[in-house]
Order: sequence, then C-alpha cells, then structure tokens
Amino acid sequence: MSEPEHSVETQEEHDPPPIEDPDSDEISTEEELSEAREATETASPQSGEPDVLVEVDGIVKHYGPIKAVDGLSFEVRRGEVLGFLGPNGAGKTTAMRIVTGFLKPDAGRVRLAGHDLDRESLEARHKLGYLPENAPAYGEMTVRGFLTFVAEARGIDDPGPAVDRVIRTAALERVEHQSVETLSKGYKRRVGLAQALIHDPEILILDEPTDGLDPNQKAMVQELISNLSEDKCIILSTHILDEVEKTCSRVMIIAQGQVLVDGTPEELLQRAADDGVPGEGRLDDLFRHLTAGEVR
Amino acid sequence: MTRAALRSGRLTGLGAVFSREFKGYFSSPLGYIFIVIFLVASGWLTVSRDFGRFLELRQASLDPFFDYVPWLFVVLVPAVSMRLWAEERKSGTVELLFTLPVTLEASYLGKFLAGWCFLAFSLFLTWPLVWQVSRLGDPDWGVLLAGYLGCLLLAACYLAIGMLFSALTKNQVVAFILSTAATVVFLLIGLPESLEVIGASLGGYSEQVLLSLSITDHFQTLTRGLLELGSIFFFLAFTAGWLLCGMLALDRVKAA
Repeated sequence: MSEPEHSVETQEEHDPPPIEDPDSDEISTEEELSEAREATETASPQSGEPDVLVEVDGIVKHYGPIKAVDGLSFEVRRGEVLGFLGPNGAGKTTAMRIVTGFLKPDAGRVRLAGHDLDRESLEARHKLGYLPENAPAYGEMTVRGFLTFVAEARGIDDPGPAVDRVIRTAALERVEHQSVETLSKGYKRRVGLAQALIHDPEILILDEPTDGLDPNQKAMVQELISNLSEDKCIILSTHILDEVEKTCSRVMIIAQGQVLVDGTPEELLQRAADDGVPGEGRLDDLFRHLTAGEVR
Repeated sequence: MTRAALRSGRLTGLGAVFSREFKGYFSSPLGYIFIVIFLVASGWLTVSRDFGRFLELRQASLDPFFDYVPWLFVVLVPAVSMRLWAEERKSGTVELLFTLPVTLEASYLGKFLAGWCFLAFSLFLTWPLVWQVSRLGDPDWGVLLAGYLGCLLLAACYLAIGMLFSALTKNQVVAFILSTAATVVFLLIGLPESLEVIGASLGGYSEQVLLSLSITDHFQTLTRGLLELGSIFFFLAFTAGWLLCGMLALDRVKAA
C-alpha cells in the first residue's frame, strides 16, 4: 500500500472520467495525475513540504438559532494525523460532516486534494475515506458483500483484490462471510475502517474510531492508524486524550464551533505548563481547563 | 447509457445501489413474504366466488385479476417502499452512502428501480393465471399485455409515493401508514361515487379535472386494452413528479 507506484495506479483507476467538457477535463485529469505522481514520489513527512490535502475555509453551520460551527478554518497536510477534540456538542461531528460533504455549510468552503467539495463534489469524494460515528453499515449484508458494494459504488472495476486487501489490513478474515449485524462492536468498527480504506484514499476522516472498543481492539486500531499515516492525511475525532498523545501529530481543540487551540501535542503540553494549568501536565488537564463550562 | 456515463455524471453509482437494493429484497424474509402474500391474495381474489369470479365469468380475460391489483398494491407496495430510506436514515448508513461518490439522484433512482424490478418480478410470477386463461380459452393477448403494462406503471406510481414518505421519516411503520393513506386517496378520487360527490359540491370542471388526475381511470384505460398515450404519459409524469419531490425532501432532511 505504501509503494508509490501502486498508489498512482489506484489514482488512475478512481479518477472519474470527464463530465461536461471532455477536452479540458482530460487535460486537468492528466495534470492531476502527474501532480499526484510527483506528490507520491516526493512528498513524505521526511522530504520537503508535504502538500495540503484538506483546506477548510471559514465554514459556518446553523441549526435554527444555534451556531454549530462558527467560522472554522484549518488545513491538514499529507503525513499529518490531526486529532479533532472538543466537548460533546462542540460541533465536531457537524464539522466532520461538512468536511466530508455530507452536510452543506451555510457559508465557507472545503477543498479536498485540490477539489472544491461544492463544485467538484464527486472528484473530491473520490479522494476521501470516511468512517462515520458508530461505523454504520448495512447489517443484513456479509462483510465481503458490504465491502464489495462500497468498492463498486466507488467505481472500482474489479472489487475482488481491493476487498481482499482491506480484509487483510483490518484483520477481518475470520468474519468475512458473516453478516455485519452479527459482529461485535470491535469488528463492526474494523469493517467501517476497511470500507474507508478500500480505494486507498489520500484523505481519511475517522469519527471516534475507537469509541466503545476494548483495550486490545483500541491498540489494534491505533496501530493501524499509525501505519497508514505516512502517505495520507488523517483527521480523527475522539474523546480519548490518551489516544491523541499516542497517534496524533497535531491537535485541535474546538468549542462552540470555533478553534480554541491548534498545535502538536508537545506544543500544547508546553502551553499548559506555561499557562500554569493545574494538574499533572497532561492533555486532559489542558482540555478541561480550556473547555470547562462548555459542556452542554 | 454507457457504463462510463453512469460513472461520471449525475447517475454515478446507480448500478451499485440498484444491485445492492435488489439483492436486499431476497436476503431478508420481507421479499419472500411479500411474494407469497401477493400471489396468494391475487390468486384468491381472482377466482373467489365472492370477488373476481374468474371461473364463473367464463371469459378468457384477466379482468378479475386486474380489478383487484390497485387495491392489493395499496397495502403491498408501501411494504416494499417503506424501508428504502427510513431504514437508511435510522441506521445512519445514509451518511456513508452520501459521502461515497454517489449522487443523490443516482441513489434515489437506484433504489426506485430496484423496488420496481422487484414488483415486476412479483407480477411475472402470476404467469400461471395467464397460462390458465390461454388453456381455457382464446384470450386477447394485446389486452393482457396492456393490462400488465398498466400494473407496472401503477406499481411505479405507488412506489414513488411510498419513497417520498420513506424519505420523510425514520420510522418504517409511519412511512407505511402515510404511503397507504396517500395511495388510497389517489384511488378514491377516481371512483365514480367520489367523482359524483366532489363534482356536485365543487361544480364546474372539477369532475373532469379529478378524472384526468385519477389513477383508477388511467389504469382502467390500459386494462381495457387501450394503449392511450395520454394515460401512459400520466403515469410517467405522476411517477416523475413524486420522485422529484422525494429527492428534494431527502436532500433537506437527510442529516436530521
């Protein structure tokens, strides 16, 4: 999966053909491909500037009188694992739903791997793998059947090898012929991860990927995320601050739909120490200090 | 429509959604229960001495069957449509579906076509009736085919109505009840008794207007063997209208 050539092949396979103006689109697809080729060949966390894969610019979302997301802006680069934190009701899920294109923002815009989510929605969605909260899946389908459906919906012509690959990655061999509704919570979460990875996306957005898992399952998912992070950008929403310290290269805490702090875990811990945040010098303490009174 | 067109345009993902939904009817008991109830009920209503009187009529026609199809579909089609969106919204898979590179139009039409093909398959399983008619007499095949075309178009209308209500609620039972109620209203306004009452109270052209909007009247035109373009157009436009409303409604409420 981490071989550059393989990534480029996958890219070619999933880039949808031109829509309205075949000529100009073909050129842009060519350009995209060569850009992607360059990016996969050169960009790694070690060498040079990694490219920006997620650009969120001033998104706003109202639910009636409540402002769930209030002018949120950030960028995430290749190789980064961004931990998206906030108390319940802080607007995390709404923000994630906007970044994945499920919800339309009232204002602002989102670009995924250079594609505007509003104007080039399908192209943008091709670049994205998403695990929604609670890992929803079609319960009556078998694991293999469900993954095959996702692969087909993503336009993969021969789903077999892609399904085999993610079944191995998420260690689902034992349950691949079982129906999803009979699986344990841990397996369901892994099925959700597997579907998010089926097209080897550049951008991975995971909403509470380890919520409700036992310690072994948590460790397995965290290891998987760490292994994947090298050539992708990952946004991860979670409540578990321990997990953030283990897996994330950057942390953003939001409350009332706005960014409170944004930095590497080390920077945030340093800031906690500088500000004299009471406690044992952990992210938990800073989180509580910043968001106290925000809990709804 | 080429595969590339299906993949790149507004219908991206239609094939995948269609095939998942269609197989879905056969991977749960619902599909089989539906088929058994439909076949038993339609067979019984057709031959029963109290209803269709198929044998007593001594005519090589399936009129007794076609007469009861609109009423059977009132209950059975909402059973097919109720889960299409309500279940998807309740289980949260709608969030997964609409973050895949699948357009709303493609998934809506994919589900509609899957339901319609399932209903067409159920209708196909009534072939023993056709076989009996041809064995017992010399039926007018044109009338029979027009009748089945009417049944298919009727199923499309009911399905489109049912899908709108399935999109509006997360509760399948509520979707079922509202769909049944709506289809009953559209059937009732076409009956001569209702037309008379409404025509007398509203006056003017109301009777003609209602008649032209009546599912019953257009369906009977087809089952009489008259392939009137107006009636076929009515069914297609009626279905398209409900589908369009359903898509607009779903787009608004999908995240609620």
